[in-house]
Amino acid sequence: MTPSLHLWLIPILPLIGAAINGFFGRRLSRQTVCAVALTFCGAAFLMGLYVAARFSSLELPHAEYLGHWIRSGNFMVNFEFYLDQLTLVMLLVVTGVGFLIHIYSVGYMWEEGGFYRFFSYLNLFMFFMLTLVLAGNYLQMFIGWEGVGLASYLLIGFWFTKDSAASAGKKAFIVNRIGDFGFLIALFLLIKHFGSLNFSQVFSSIAQQPAETAGVGLLTSIGLLLMVGAAGKSAQIPLYVWLPDAMEGPTPVSALIHAATMVTAGVYMVARSHVIFEHAPNALTVVAIIGTLTALFAATIGIAQTDIKKVLAYSTVSQLGYMFMACGVAAYSAGIFHLMTHAFFKGLLFLAAGSVIHAVGGEQDMRKMGGLRQYIPWTFMTMTAATFAIAGFPPFAGFFSKDEILARAYEANPAYWFIGVTTAFITSFYMFRLWFMTFFGDYRGREAAQHSHAPAHGHGHGGHGDPHESPMIMLVPLMILAVLSVIGGWVGIGGRFEHFLSPVFGEGATAVATEALSRSTEITLIVISVAAAVLGFYLAYVLYLKRPELPQKIADSLGGLYQAVVNKYYVDEIYADLFVKPLVDGSTRILWHGVDQGVIDAAINDTADGARHVSDSARQMQSGNVRSYAGWVAVGGAVIIAYMIWMGVR
Amino acid sequence: MLHLVLFLVFGAICVAGAINLLVQSHPISSALSLVVVMASLAVEYLLLGAEFVAAVQVIVYAGAVMVLFVFVIMLLNAGVEERTKGSQVALVLGIPGVLAGGLLVAWVLIERTGTATVGLGALPGFPKTIGNLLFHDFLLPFELTSVLVLIAIMGAVVLASRPEPKNPEKES
Amino acid sequence: MVPVSYYLILSGILFSCGVIGFLIKRNIITIFICIELMLNGVNLSFVAFAAQWQHLSGQVFVFFVMVVAAAEATVGLAIIIAVFRTRETLNVDHVNLLKL
Repeated sequence: MTPSLHLWLIPILPLIGAAINGFFGRRLSRQTVCAVALTFCGAAFLMGLYVAARFSSLELPHAEYLGHWIRSGNFMVNFEFYLDQLTLVMLLVVTGVGFLIHIYSVGYMWEEGGFYRFFSYLNLFMFFMLTLVLAGNYLQMFIGWEGVGLASYLLIGFWFTKDSAASAGKKAFIVNRIGDFGFLIALFLLIKHFGSLNFSQVFSSIAQQPAETAGVGLLTSIGLLLMVGAAGKSAQIPLYVWLPDAMEGPTPVSALIHAATMVTAGVYMVARSHVIFEHAPNALTVVAIIGTLTALFAATIGIAQTDIKKVLAYSTVSQLGYMFMACGVAAYSAGIFHLMTHAFFKGLLFLAAGSVIHAVGGEQDMRKMGGLRQYIPWTFMTMTAATFAIAGFPPFAGFFSKDEILARAYEANPAYWFIGVTTAFITSFYMFRLWFMTFFGDYRGREAAQHSHAPAHGHGHGGHGDPHESPMIMLVPLMILAVLSVIGGWVGIGGRFEHFLSPVFGEGATAVATEALSRSTEITLIVISVAAAVLGFYLAYVLYLKRPELPQKIADSLGGLYQAVVNKYYVDEIYADLFVKPLVDGSTRILWHGVDQGVIDAAINDTADGARHVSDSARQMQSGNVRSYAGWVAVGGAVIIAYMIWMGVR
Repeated sequence: MLHLVLFLVFGAICVAGAINLLVQSHPISSALSLVVVMASLAVEYLLLGAEFVAAVQVIVYAGAVMVLFVFVIMLLNAGVEERTKGSQVALVLGIPGVLAGGLLVAWVLIERTGTATVGLGALPGFPKTIGNLLFHDFLLPFELTSVLVLIAIMGAVVLASRPEPKNPEKES
Repeated sequence: MVPVSYYLILSGILFSCGVIGFLIKRNIITIFICIELMLNGVNLSFVAFAAQWQHLSGQVFVFFVMVVAAAEATVGLAIIIAVFRTRETLNVDHVNLLKL
C-alpha cells in the first residue's frame, strides 16, 4: 500500500490563500496580497511537482480516501482523491500555467481597484479546478465543476459596475447551468443503475457490460448527458455563446479560465469517462460531430472579428472543438495532448494580447493597432511563437498535437479529417490576420486616439502617446510560455505521450492506429496540413499587409453573408428570441403577475381586506344611538328565550 | 266573581295608562300616566292580599319616585319631544322582537301555571310578617339595600352638582 | 277566583309596553319612565306568584325591587341633569358621541 501523498493539500492551499485574501485582503497592502496569492498557488505547483517526482514509485491508479460524505442506505459518496497519469498531466498544466498567470496578473492588475478581490477569486478558482481534477468520484468532480463556474462568474463580472460585464457574468453562469443540468441527470442515472459515483466502481461495473451499438440505451443516454454538460462548460455548440462575452473580464482571467483550464474541464471529464463512451459508440459519434462542427463554425466567425480578444475567444471554441473531435474518435490521448499544448499557446496568446492592450492604453480594436512590433518587441516575439504554434507550423507545439488529432480523425472517417484541415487553414488565416493587423503596417492608433478615447477595459489610460512595453513581471511568464509553446509538443514525438497515457486509455486505440495508417499516408497527411497552415499565412499576408484594401472589397462583394459572419450568425439574437424572451415573458406574466401578485399577495391582501370589510359591517352596530342598542337587546333577548324554550321542550 | 270584576277593571285602567304613556308626546303626561298605572297596580296588589306592598307602592313609588320625576321634568323644562329620525333597528327589529319574546314568555308561563287560581286576598302580607322576614331571613339584603341607598344619594349629589368655578388667579 | 295566568298576562302586557316605549321614545326622561313601567310589570308577577305558591318571599322581593328602583331613579335623573347641562338637549338621538 503506497503511503498517502496528502493529495488533499493541493486544492486546500489555494483555498487558504483565497480565504486570507478574501477576508483580510482589504486591509493588507498590495504586496502582501500578491505574496499570499503567489505563495499558495506556487505551493500547489510545487506539490504537483513533488507528486510527479514520486510518480514512478506509486501503484496506479492511486486513490486517497479523506472521509465519508454521504451515507444513505446503500449509496455512499466519500471525499476521495484519484491520481493516475491523466490526473498528473492535468495537475501540472493547471498548477503550472495557473502559477504563471498569477505572476502575470500582479503586473497587469497592479493599478486596478479591487486588487485583493481579484487574487482571492483567482485562488478560489484554483481550488475548485484542482478539486475537479483530483476528484475520485463524480460528485466531487461536480463540486469542482460548479465551483469553477462560480469563479468564472465572479471573475468575468469583476468590473461589475459595468453593465456589459455583469451581464456577461450572468450569461456565463446561466449557460453553464444548462450544461450542468445535463451533467446532473447523468449522475442520477449513474446512481440509479450502478449505485455509486466512485470512478473505480462505476468504471469496473460498466466494463463488464456489453457495448450498446443499437439505438439509445442507458449508457448512450449517460454519455449524451455528460456531453451536454461538457458542451456547456467547454463552450461547444449549442452552448458556446457565453465564451465570447466572457472577454469582458480582465485578460488574465480569459487566459487562465477561458483558455487553459476551466474550458478544458469538459474535455477532461469526457476523457475520464472514456469507459462509458467506449460502451456507447453512438454517443461518441455525437461527441465527434459536435466537436468537428464547432471547430469549423467558430473558426469562420473568427475571421471577421475586429476585437483582438474576441478573435482569441472564437479560436478557443474552435480548438476545443478539435479536442472533442479527438475524444470522439477515441483518440483520448491526442485530445489531452492538444489540451496541454493549447494551454501553453492559447494562454500565451491571451497574456500577450493583454500586454498589447496594456501597451496601447486599453484599445482592443485591431483596426486601431498596427506596426506595434517596434514598440513592444518582447511581446511581439512571444506572440509570434504562439501564433505559429496554433497555426500548426512544425516544430512548434501545436503542429504535433493537431497533427495527431487529424491523423486519428482520418482513420475514423475522412470527413472529419477534411473539415479538420479546412479549419486548420481558417485558423492559420485568422491568427495571422491578427498578427499582421496588430504588429505590422502603420500604427493606426494615433488618429483614432485623436477622435475618441475608448478604453475597452478598465484601464482607462487613454491616449498617452506612444505604445510602451509591459513591465518585466508581465513579460517573464510570456517568455516561459513561449518556450513551452515551442518545445511543448516534443513530448509527443514517437508516441511517447500516448504511451504515457496508455494505462489510462488502454492500448486498443494505438494498436489500431499503427496498423491502419501506413507511413506514406501519414506523411501525406502531415504535408497537407502544413500546406494548409502556409496557405493561411500567405492569404493573411496578402490581404492584410500587401493589399490592405482588398478585405473591404471582398466584404462588400459578399454582402449579406459577410454581415451574417460579422454578427456571429445572429446566434445570440436567435437564442434571445427563442428561449430568453419567452422565459422572461412567461415568468413575468405567469409567475410574477399570476402567482406572486395574484395568488400569494392576493391571498394576504384579500384576507386583510376581508377582515376590514367584516369589521366595517360590524361597526355599523355601534352607532352611539341608545335606542338601536335597546332594539338589539330586545331581539337578542327574544332569541335566547326562544332557544331556551326549545331546549326545554326537547 | 267580585274578584274577577275588580281585577278586570283595574287591569284595564293599568293597560290604558300604559298605552297612554306611550302615546303622549309630552313627558309630563307620560309621568302622570305612570302614576295612574302605579295606583291601579296598588289595587291589584291589594286584591292579592299584599297590603304592605300596596302601601309601599303608593307611598314610595308613586309618592316619591314619580314626584322626583315630575320635579326633574319641570326643572329641565322638557318640552314636547321633537320627532327625530333615530334608528331603524329599534323600530324594525326591536318591536317585533319584544313582542315575540313577550308572547313566548307568556305562553310558557301560562302553560306552566295551568289552571291554578288565586282567591281574593290569597296571601295576606301583613306588615308584621313581612317585617319578621325582612329582619330575620332577609337581613343581609336589607342592610345592603340601605348601603345602596346611601351610595345613590352620594352619587346623585355629586353628579347633579354644579361644577365649581375656577379661580382665575390661582398660582400653579 | 282569578286564574294566575290572568295576572301574568297583565304583567306581560305592562312589561311589553315598557319595552316598546323604550324603543320608540326620544326623550331621555320618557325612556326612564318606561323603565319604571317595566319594573312595575315585573313586580306584579312577583306578587302573583307569591300568592300562588303561598310564599311570602315574593312580596319581600317586591319591596327590594322598589328600593332599588328608587335608588336607580335618583342616580339616573342626576345623570340626565348632568347630560342636559353639557349637551343642552334631552333628545337621546343627539347624545351619540360614543360611536365608531
